[in-house]
Amino acid sequence: MHLSSLIEMVESGFDNRVLLGDQNSRITGTDFGFLVRLGATQVHNKYASVMYVGENHALLPVALFAAAWAGVPFVPVNYRLEDRQLRSLIERFPNSLVLTDPLTAARLEELSPLILDDWLRGLSNVDLEEVGPIEPAEDDNDVAVVLFTSGTTSEPKSALLRHRHLMAYLLGSVEFGSAEESEAVLVSVPPYHVAGIANMLSNLFSGRRLVYLQSFSALAWLETVQREAITHAMVVPTMLARVVDELDGEIVDHSSLRTLSYGGARVSERIIRLALQAFPTTGFVNAYGLTETASTIAVLGPDDHRDALTSDNPMIQRRLSSVGQVLPMVEIEIRDDHEQVVTNGESGLIYLRGEQVSGEYAGTNSLDGDGWFCTRDQGFIDSDGYLFIDGRVDDTIIRGGENIAPAEIEKVLLAQPGVAEACVVGLPDDVWGQRIVAVVVRQSGHVVEPNILQDAVRKVLRGSKTPEEIIVRDSLPHTETGKMLRRVVQSELLAREGGTAK
Amino acid sequence: MILKPGARLISAVCAAELMTVKAPKTELEVTIGGVTTIASAAARDGSAAVVAGHDGGTLMGKRYVDESDTIELLCTKAGTGAVAVNGELLQLKEAKALPASD
Repeated sequence: MHLSSLIEMVESGFDNRVLLGDQNSRITGTDFGFLVRLGATQVHNKYASVMYVGENHALLPVALFAAAWAGVPFVPVNYRLEDRQLRSLIERFPNSLVLTDPLTAARLEELSPLILDDWLRGLSNVDLEEVGPIEPAEDDNDVAVVLFTSGTTSEPKSALLRHRHLMAYLLGSVEFGSAEESEAVLVSVPPYHVAGIANMLSNLFSGRRLVYLQSFSALAWLETVQREAITHAMVVPTMLARVVDELDGEIVDHSSLRTLSYGGARVSERIIRLALQAFPTTGFVNAYGLTETASTIAVLGPDDHRDALTSDNPMIQRRLSSVGQVLPMVEIEIRDDHEQVVTNGESGLIYLRGEQVSGEYAGTNSLDGDGWFCTRDQGFIDSDGYLFIDGRVDDTIIRGGENIAPAEIEKVLLAQPGVAEACVVGLPDDVWGQRIVAVVVRQSGHVVEPNILQDAVRKVLRGSKTPEEIIVRDSLPHTETGKMLRRVVQSELLAREGGTAK
Repeated sequence: MILKPGARLISAVCAAELMTVKAPKTELEVTIGGVTTIASAAARDGSAAVVAGHDGGTLMGKRYVDESDTIELLCTKAGTGAVAVNGELLQLKEAKALPASD
């Protein structure tokens, strides 16, 4: 199915229901459908794609659905990239309608972008009768959305999501009209992240009002939750950490918030525990997925969180660090180095298959002959079906022939008092092949001693997994959505020794 | 007719419209309210009525599947007629309740 077919459903199912907007603007299902039909006339036969380069915007879904209706891809791009990089990305999409926010427009002047607000205002001057409405595009094998992967271990790639992938995710995971009219979701993930796209589609389909946070700050997020009586929200771990920090142990009434989901990067158990305390009446959901899988493929639900907190059973307690169970419409296999499926509990490479799994990049399809997608994430499934992620296989350190997942060591470091962040990498070593180096960031007001941390790791793990060197720094580099840029840390450390990145 | 994903099915006897989510690549006879579907809602002339036994209705946003799960249709407009393929009434597909993840 094609995303354009959702418009008629939204128009008839939610004709008078407010779906978009905040205190200042209220857009019903009827209004939304009309804007999309108008927008499509301005794209159809004129442009090859619609790009959006900017902060979140209350009416962003109009741009996505106008592109879908007109039969061209929607391409949201990270506006925080530096000018040169941004221009070269945009130039990869010739004849594109480039929509931006005001600040970004000034940076991209020579590409003659249109400010989204101006484009939307222009739509009100379009006479649909006069220009003639256009028929919605229908081929669900067309590309709906192009997203750039975050590129933590290699350069960003452009991932293609076709209409059939997004619709498979949507139909499989959300019931049409399942939200009550009073429900509202706060979207603070950026528009160029797959979670931003999934947020938009799922909530429109369920009939839940979308409230956009233009750009994230913990204070603005907390204020908006109260002001707009937000019932649902999705955040990336860095945002969750900042919200918890902002509250600083204070219990504020956020009882409107029924569900808070988090995902997009690894989250420390310490932050989750603090968050659960800060929002005692909120149900927590951990969502795991990749850009290439059209968002979520596994969830750890509110009951799982509660059980993990209250259980005496260590197997249940540790679920707090799992990503939960795989969605019913997705198949999963964990395979070893020889591509053989391992037994439960054993760690290996995560392969996924299902109608929402795209695994396709511009010019290449990475699915194997049977439709399996290799995530390059490493992990295991326990005997109860809970999936645990160890990290990216490309980050694996091989020391003296032993495969070591940095996450395992990082977890021990993060559990030590005073350690706020940790990044473990392998550097070339003449004797061992690779040696282990850790960079840690301390919590403010704490002192951390490298040799004490080394002792702690040695005690929990083994000598062979103990970092040969631990460096204390003020910060670690991250992507805007909170993924640690391990390759940057590694090249900095290599540069220090006069070497170059692999 | 042979149904492709996205193909529309419009009732001749009630307001119902469905869209094909999946279907086998074989010739199928689709009825809504017991009467063969039509190409456009404008062709609905009101001359026929819902047939008894095909009056269970279709609900907006719900998915309907056959016994062997080879056909799946999504209701995009509700109606009083029930949908059937090759004479078999399709069943409402119960969604697994998943926690809202986004």
